[in-house]
Amino acid sequence: MNIVVLVKQVPDTWAERKLKDSDKTLDRASVDVVMNEIDEYAVEEALRIKEAQGGEVTILTMGPERAIETIRKALSMGADKAVHLSDDALKGSDAVQTSYALAKVLATLEYDLVIAGSEATDSRMAIMGALLSERLGQPQLTGARKVTASEGSVTIERQTDDGYAVVSASTPAIISVVEKINEPRYPSFKGIMAAKSKPLSTLSAGDAQLDLALVGLAAAPSQVIEFSNKPPRQAGQVVKDEGDGGTKVVEFLASQKFI
Amino acid sequence: MAEVLVLVDHIDGAPKKVSYELLTLARTLGEPSAVVLGKGASGAAERCAAYGAAKVYVCEAEELEGFLVAPKATVLAQLVTDKAPVAVLVPANAEGKEVAARVAIKTGGGLITDAVGVTADLVAEQPIFGGSVVVKSRIGTGVPVIAVRANSTAPSEAPAAGTVEQVTATFSETDKAAAVTERVVEAKGGRPDLGEASIVVSGGRGVGSPENFSIIEALADSLGAAVGASRAATDAGWYPHQNQVGQTGRTVSPQLYIAAGISGAIQHRAGMQTSKTIVAINKDPEAPIFELADFGLVGDLNTVVPDLTAQITARKG
Ligand SMILES: Cc1cc2nc3c(=O)[nH]c(=O)nc-3n(C[C@H](O)[C@H](O)[C@H](O)COP(=O)(O)OP(=O)(O)OC[C@H]3O[C@@H](n4cnc5c(N)ncnc54)[C@H](O)[C@@H]3O)c2cc1C
Ligand SMILES: Nc1ncnc2c1ncn2[C@@H]1O[C@H](COP(=O)(O)O)[C@@H](O)[C@H]1O
Repeated sequence: MNIVVLVKQVPDTWAERKLKDSDKTLDRASVDVVMNEIDEYAVEEALRIKEAQGGEVTILTMGPERAIETIRKALSMGADKAVHLSDDALKGSDAVQTSYALAKVLATLEYDLVIAGSEATDSRMAIMGALLSERLGQPQLTGARKVTASEGSVTIERQTDDGYAVVSASTPAIISVVEKINEPRYPSFKGIMAAKSKPLSTLSAGDAQLDLALVGLAAAPSQVIEFSNKPPRQAGQVVKDEGDGGTKVVEFLASQKFI
Repeated sequence: MAEVLVLVDHIDGAPKKVSYELLTLARTLGEPSAVVLGKGASGAAERCAAYGAAKVYVCEAEELEGFLVAPKATVLAQLVTDKAPVAVLVPANAEGKEVAARVAIKTGGGLITDAVGVTADLVAEQPIFGGSVVVKSRIGTGVPVIAVRANSTAPSEAPAAGTVEQVTATFSETDKAAAVTERVVEAKGGRPDLGEASIVVSGGRGVGSPENFSIIEALADSLGAAVGASRAATDAGWYPHQNQVGQTGRTVSPQLYIAAGISGAIQHRAGMQTSKTIVAINKDPEAPIFELADFGLVGDLNTVVPDLTAQITARKG
């Protein structure tokens, strides 16, 4: 079973994330970056399927040069090889454009499953699986809290707002996973050493045969007009319970007309 | 007046509150047409008309229930092509965003998700990075598809014709690629949906045990609220993951958010700090949750929460 895992490098949530005044895109240069957390679960799930059934796990990332750090982490967890799509022409691409570029690269790879994270912490759009499924005409099995794959078919439990749905499809299929699916492994020392010599192919927009009129900030279907930094919330009143805590909260709720 | 398509979220024809909010918002952009898909769809027509839907497009094809997301996108995209609306509004929940994504690709339009407001000239406002930055954006190509968060607009009635139009669609093989073979409801019935509740009461590690979550549920029920949980509580298996609020859980922005026994880690805040009013109950005066609470009570939730519930129930009684 060959699996491609989509891994995104994102700013660390702890970091102060900002948009740049110049082009209103995320300032990725000045912040600490990490692998999007849910993508670690996607890598883990791919590795578990591979360990049970054989095959290869390929990491696919679109992102600036430094995204290589994140790719290395995925390789050191145990993925076999990686494709890094990286080109200044891709800067500022929105989700619709990113899905175009990723779909172009996926079309050149052989896979049974594509596994993504359900959501990235920077965009929080949670739509990449649906976008790729639509573009590639392959089944969408998103929001999985459990994946059962066998030769030619795959079944997931899709987490819903009130429970779950069982969804099945034949392969190749596009999956995204939620955080409750597994417990990602830490890269071992051996894994970290091995990662250094694993195959990595770096593609430019030209290598991936992307139409430059369809990618990048200027061509983005969604355009940021302006942004403003919101002052952090102000702390309100903090009081101590002296046996009358319930009453104090009730008084506050009543003053705000909630009760 | 220009048509605005609103994808209605409903259960067997009973629209969810977010659908009324979207219809109300759509009235400020043009003339709303409700799009109701799936089992029992026609039952929603009257309710949608009450909130301003001049037309109600209904499709009850079996494929809409039997296969995941793709058939819904096919019907909605067909309506976008046929009716040439000025915009499409969908609820910014998991399925709504996925339908929107597919429609944007099918129609060559652009997509904005998690908007909390849309102006008459179709500029959408989105809070990003957990609410620390507010972005205004617009879609430059095709028909804009905008996913709007629950609790962004106060729903108000404005009766309209609600003329029902049945829609027929042909589904391709790829629309039928992901078959839904079973749907299992795990949540306890009766409480509002976490994503659209106007009050949310959440419990964290401080609740101490799965059994003790009953005091959080009792407080929620006294307020007609939904129940949320921190990741510490869902990781421990005290409460279902579906109810997790935060960076890797749900994003909520209710009128009132009550956090009990939650420290207020940045990843938790990312899912709740756009709530209008925040109340925190925590025994540690240094807990970071107090930095963003409008009202903080330093105390033991085991005594405060039941007392609070009793007083609220007494007042309402
Ligand atoms: C990548 C990533 C993603 C994450 N995503 C999420 C997410 O989506 N949602 C989320 O919530 N967290 C998330 N977290 C975890 C987050 O960092 C915190 O660990 C978590 O929110 C802590 O939950 P808590 O506040 O319930 O527990 P704790 O931090 O342990 O806080 C418990 C609080 O309860 C108080 N308390 C204890 N007993 C009582 C009592 N009897 N009465 C009153 N108060 C009491 C304590 O004083 C303490 O402040 C994520 C972490 C990472 C690294
Ligand atoms: N630039 C990218 N490169 C590789 N994978 C990506 C990229 N953007 C998004 N993804 C994948 O899509 C998932 C969902 O992202 P999003 O739809 O942006 O919330 C992520 O968890 C990744 O698995």
